Amino acid sequence: MSEHDQNEPKRMDRREALKWVGAALLAYPMLEWTSFGAAVPGIKRTLSDPDLLHPGKLWDRTLTKPQLRTTAALCDVIIPEDEKSPAASKLGIPDFIDEWVSAPYPIQQEDQKQIIEGLAWLDTEANKRFQKGFADLKDEEKCKICDDICFAPKAKPEFLTAANFFAKMRDLTATGFYTTKEGMKDLQYIGNTPLLVFKGPPKEVLEHLKLK
Amino acid sequence: MPLITSSKTRASYDVIVVGSGAGGSMTAYVLALAGVKVLMLEAGRNYTPETETPMWNIPKDAPLRGDATPDKPFGFFDATVDGGWRVPGEPYTKAAGTDFQWWRTRMLGGRTNHWGRIALRMGPYDFKPQARDGLGIDWPISYEDLAPYYDKTEALIGVFGSNEGLENTPNSSPGVLQPPPVPRGYERFTKKHCDKLGIPVIPSHLAILTRPLNGRSACFYATNCGRGCSIKANFQSTTVLLPPAIKTGNLDIITDAMVREVTLDSSGKANGVNYIDRVTKEDRHFSAKVVVLAASGCESARILLNSKSNLFPNGLANSSGKVGRYLMDTVGASLVGQIPMLENVPPHNEDGASGMHMYMPWWGYKDQAANKLDFPRGYHIEFGGGRRMPAAGMFDGLEDHTGGSYGKKYKEDARRYYGSFLWFAGRGEMIPNDDSYCEIDPEVKDKFGIPVLKFHWKWAGYETRQAAHMQRTFAQIIEAMGGKPVTKPEFDGAKAIAPGGKIIHEVGTTCMGDKKDRSVLNQYCQTWDVQNLFVTDGGPFPSNADKNPTLSIMALAWRSSEYLVEQLKKGNI
Repeated sequence: MSEHDQNEPKRMDRREALKWVGAALLAYPMLEWTSFGAAVPGIKRTLSDPDLLHPGKLWDRTLTKPQLRTTAALCDVIIPEDEKSPAASKLGIPDFIDEWVSAPYPIQQEDQKQIIEGLAWLDTEANKRFQKGFADLKDEEKCKICDDICFAPKAKPEFLTAANFFAKMRDLTATGFYTTKEGMKDLQYIGNTPLLVFKGPPKEVLEHLKLK
Repeated sequence: MPLITSSKTRASYDVIVVGSGAGGSMTAYVLALAGVKVLMLEAGRNYTPETETPMWNIPKDAPLRGDATPDKPFGFFDATVDGGWRVPGEPYTKAAGTDFQWWRTRMLGGRTNHWGRIALRMGPYDFKPQARDGLGIDWPISYEDLAPYYDKTEALIGVFGSNEGLENTPNSSPGVLQPPPVPRGYERFTKKHCDKLGIPVIPSHLAILTRPLNGRSACFYATNCGRGCSIKANFQSTTVLLPPAIKTGNLDIITDAMVREVTLDSSGKANGVNYIDRVTKEDRHFSAKVVVLAASGCESARILLNSKSNLFPNGLANSSGKVGRYLMDTVGASLVGQIPMLENVPPHNEDGASGMHMYMPWWGYKDQAANKLDFPRGYHIEFGGGRRMPAAGMFDGLEDHTGGSYGKKYKEDARRYYGSFLWFAGRGEMIPNDDSYCEIDPEVKDKFGIPVLKFHWKWAGYETRQAAHMQRTFAQIIEAMGGKPVTKPEFDGAKAIAPGGKIIHEVGTTCMGDKKDRSVLNQYCQTWDVQNLFVTDGGPFPSNADKNPTLSIMALAWRSSEYLVEQLKKGNI
């Protein structure tokens, strides 16, 4: 939730990534990209020197079609369509989650395990309760399951693992969704556009903040 | 960036500069403009910010939405090439039970391409810490010696900021600084509440143009400086120092040149360097009258320690035994708060000049003088947040505030909480100690066969108690604003403090001093042992004030380079 744009990595603090930085870095092999368009001729592209302007597809995907279908259904429970923006699956979030769990890094590899197991649990639970896969449930049936797993601190012990999976999926769905143009518009982010002058906060902002 | 290949070099050079970051580029700039023939060797690849910078790309355009990975620790769009706390094929080791994380990058311009642009002067106290409180090591120079070079450096690279006249927070000379951008809403809000706590909040000093300068554009208040800047509005050596130096015709640059050692003639003077061409893997040698190392504090120490000879069996310029010693980083600790008053702020453009427009310089000098604090040195606070471009992970853990909402309620919650989080990060002074140093690992070599560094690291209570104080201060500020920390503040300083190397302010491994037996360099960054050998990166620092070191590295490099030119002219070296 922080925006560390000084000298602090964006996400690693929260995830205590420091522990794995040391270990992982020794462990995994250096991958090289061959399918890469070279914007700057003569540069041998690698994961630590990628083409920032034309990243391309960097690794193969992992999830099966049925897993993707369950993923899409869950993403849309988390972020459905409303009057301001479309549902998560309309913006390709399931593919983002597939990209995520397929990445060759320790954090994502751990997430892969949690998410594949979680998706399987979701379908098993849907079948147990409603004799259908999760994606085939009615909205209110999906919610019956999600209400049990949407908040780990209050989840019953038998739902705790699933609740942790749900929290992960909610975080990833939000990351995927709000980093699209449509998601940014939903949040009313204004920026990434050149200005001649930075005017600072308008009057209504100062009033909101009770500043003169 | 125009370059030459090793086949088109001159027969000989006056000076070889190893490294193209803040120190090396400033050295090359000053020398080339003075008519000295310079060859710069950079271990990484050529890099051209004008064409390589992703100025407008949004996270969706990047793998993993641009999130940090071990390959790109500051996110996909960060300018760093082949860098981070690991470099492929170039390991380092750590003594058992210690943790130091060594940041490197392998590109022309080094870390100046992605740095935070925070450009703070050290103050008068910072040069004489030992004289003030008995701890650490004094510099052989005073603030007055470096002040003219701070002025020149700021005017050349372009720094915005203001002169506030605060204790040990020096003013620049009139007309040197560019005007700071106006503060953002949350920055003004933070200031209002810090005023009540007696914590000063003043315009930050960032190496970003708010006015055009020397053919460079002013900032247009969009995109993150860490990506680099294709319009050259912020300082990178690749857009600011190297082009004018190349234009003189006196600077040649060879990239992908990994320097292994400094070579000597029979009299013990440096006569060049041996390097490995990263592409062809060939060993090569270049000769020069003078060698300047500016490969980063630890890398320069590594080169010296690996330059063993009969004359210098313990490594070059190491008769004091101080090469690699007094390794320092900056004390870092951070806390994020959620501020209800910042919820539902009317939408407006808060991008600004990428970094913070305001910061908190250290305010506790009087309390320390009166022994009211349990740590001897100061820290400043950096902070940010607000309605920035949504990024990966920005709503991670939102359920702590929403009770686990999903569906349409979650979308409403996201709109409400967007922009309401502020982070605070302390950056404090570390005192050099005998347990924090680097040496050559007797066994491990990198992919070029060059022996690697082994790190030893220990924080003292001076630092951990300061980190605990940072946490208390951040919690106070957040609460004063009516907010709550999103995680429990960590009042155990040993847990709150970031690991050594994490803040990437690596200094001190070739310290300067006024005694040959206690320091590696004299006040002009010239090695005591070898007259025609200099070090102009962060290594010369005998102390590491809370002020981020880059500006001081450049000012010091300028001063040392002027001395070097004089000595060359006089025929002394």
